[in-house]
Amino acid sequence: MTYSDSSIQSASHASVEPSRESASATATASSNHLLPNGPAASEQAEILARAQAGDSHAFAQLYSMNKRRIYSLCLRMVGSVAEAEDLTQEAFLQFHRKIATFRGESALSTWLHRLAINVVLMHLRKKGLQLTSLDEAMDPAPDQRPGRSFGAPDLILSGAIDRLALRRAIDDLPAGYRLIFVLHDIEGYEHNEIATLLDCSIGNSKSQLHKARLKLREALRTYPKTEARR
Amino acid sequence: MSPNANYFACATFQSQLPELIASGGNISDDPHLRSCDVCRALLADLETIAAAARQLFPIVEPPDALWNQIELAIEHEEATSGNHSNAS
Repeated sequence: MTYSDSSIQSASHASVEPSRESASATATASSNHLLPNGPAASEQAEILARAQAGDSHAFAQLYSMNKRRIYSLCLRMVGSVAEAEDLTQEAFLQFHRKIATFRGESALSTWLHRLAINVVLMHLRKKGLQLTSLDEAMDPAPDQRPGRSFGAPDLILSGAIDRLALRRAIDDLPAGYRLIFVLHDIEGYEHNEIATLLDCSIGNSKSQLHKARLKLREALRTYPKTEARR
Repeated sequence: MSPNANYFACATFQSQLPELIASGGNISDDPHLRSCDVCRALLADLETIAAAARQLFPIVEPPDALWNQIELAIEHEEATSGNHSNAS
């Protein structure tokens, strides 16, 4: 059993399939600095140049090309439709303010993806998630921490996972766990990138991710019981 | 192995697990894992969860009204900054 990037370690930047339109996929488009799934590169470059020059129609086109990816990202990170809409709006407002500063060192989609993540992080900080001291602040209260697995083996999850249950379990994760789980396992960021984004240690990122997965496992094992209580 | 010894072996292994997983190394060679059904099951479950999560979230369309809000906010910002420029 080798837990490499293609299995449990992560949906790493190299291994994510392009259709998922994740950070990984968009990073592969860096050679043309534009969007992986959209109009031809020359047309995109022209749209970008016009938007940078203040053409509102061109900016609307950029919105149209990126809206699904950015909105979906926000939704995954915060789990609330209303918050995701607000954050998407804020991300595109910041994009509009900063578009003239984009110099094409990375793919536009990667740049926008990073900008949106920062908008979400700012929002979470305002809500009280202390990302500057992850070792303490991202660790939930003791009753929210996952338990260890020293008992009898429980092979409930060896078959297919109930997608609804998993989705609900991710939505129910404490904010800190959820953030790292989404960034690593879904968005495909590496631990060193997460550490930079969240201003925490790489070890902390690894530890929080592991706890998030344990928490999900616990939730899935008890899913029928918790569901009955809802 | 006594229950206590097994408990501590599992505790040790599981405390090292975040680092082992992140390293991408071949964990199946770990002597503890070869002999422990509990930790093997744990690892299999974590692998299943990670794989399932990657397939879980579809790309979704934001509501159409969102663009109208963004457009209005941009116009408002531009009008405000225009006013400031005129004032100065």
